[in-house]
Amino acid sequence: MNGYFGSYAVVAVLFAIGVAIFGGALFVNRLLRPNRPTPDKLTTYECGVDPVGEGWAQSQIRYYVFTYLYVVFAVDAVFLFPWATVFAAPGFGMTTLVEMFVFLAFIALGILYAWRKRVLAWT
Amino acid sequence: MAEVLDVALRLVVIVIAFLTLPLIVGQTEHKAMAHMQSRLGPMYAGGFHGWAQLIADGVKFVQKEDVIPAAADRRVFALAPAVALVPYLVVMIVIPVGPGLFGADLDVGLFFVLAVLGVGVLGSIMAGWSSANKYSVLGGMRAAAQLMSYELPLVLAASSVAMAAGTLSLPGIVEAWRWWWLPWQAVGAVVFFVAGLAELRRPPFDMPIAESEIIMGPMTEYTGIRFALFMLAEYVGIVVLSALTTVLFLGGWNGPLLPGPVWTLVKIFALAFVVIWVRVSFPRLRADQLQKLAWIGLVPLALFQLALTGVVKVLAG
Repeated sequence: MNGYFGSYAVVAVLFAIGVAIFGGALFVNRLLRPNRPTPDKLTTYECGVDPVGEGWAQSQIRYYVFTYLYVVFAVDAVFLFPWATVFAAPGFGMTTLVEMFVFLAFIALGILYAWRKRVLAWT
Repeated sequence: MAEVLDVALRLVVIVIAFLTLPLIVGQTEHKAMAHMQSRLGPMYAGGFHGWAQLIADGVKFVQKEDVIPAAADRRVFALAPAVALVPYLVVMIVIPVGPGLFGADLDVGLFFVLAVLGVGVLGSIMAGWSSANKYSVLGGMRAAAQLMSYELPLVLAASSVAMAAGTLSLPGIVEAWRWWWLPWQAVGAVVFFVAGLAELRRPPFDMPIAESEIIMGPMTEYTGIRFALFMLAEYVGIVVLSALTTVLFLGGWNGPLLPGPVWTLVKIFALAFVVIWVRVSFPRLRADQLQKLAWIGLVPLALFQLALTGVVKVLAG
């Protein structure tokens, strides 16, 4: 279990164990549970009143905006990780520090823009 | 052969921790919350201070009927608890408890942790959407918006530690840790912990599951064992968040007198207690307050921490 792929093989085994735990729990449940479905039992639960209309609904656009913001900034943040491990290596020093402030300025400017455009306010 | 046995033993320990630590945290929550609210909490099950309450709950859950609403999207509905639960188990493989005591040392450990934790979030969204229930859809949407917003400060705070340590490997980070990182990384630690709480949808960030207005949100339609697995995911999440905060910001197994693994566990349980304490102490945040806290509070703080880390590291090193 050495080497690059070896450690990921262990991760894969643990993932399989996790799936087995889930499957095992459902299997034991299947052996022990009663199964007596009635139409009433299978209706959607909405405070005891019969549901009106269907459950899937449109939702506010602002949820979409937050997702969009997240995608933009998270893609930026991904580039931080390879940089973070080497930025203080001998020979970089000041150069990478200046780069970092350029990067931070971009993100900060982006958030400031979103804030000024009142995207972050809820109403 | 010895090597395979070694790996098998590590995996067995991880699975045991995965199945027992959440129960201990859950029982602690029952009792600590009860005493903070001048109640006794469970007293009957098992005889001594209700220690077997959660085991009794498990026995009950496993015997309950598996109701899937007729209107629901059956496959997605059935799969959602697994998507919420399994990532936390997989993450536990890289968390070091002591020197050499971890499932696997991945070079990109921190990156792996953040990527896999992000998958767990999908469980709530899948549950919310597939239930075909108005409350569930609302809860799923709120969960999605909240998790998106808090993922960014979480990632930024974590990368500050990676900058300080110069590595992404979690054992490597703990080895590089020095006591003066506590004040140096303090802002990042708070941001990470708060954003982590929000990712777990724990109070005061439990807007998506707010039981008094949208009756548990994505989990409204879940009963029996599937609901129990969602609950287990929440408590494993507390353990994983506490463990990650310990490893990244509190020095993991570093500490005087006691052996390393004991220190790790002490720190994990201290943080888990804080999670419970916060639940009892603070009222639920509104959706707009949640978003404001993330984007106007935590993200700028995390950016400040990044700048501080960079400057100190380059000037001092």
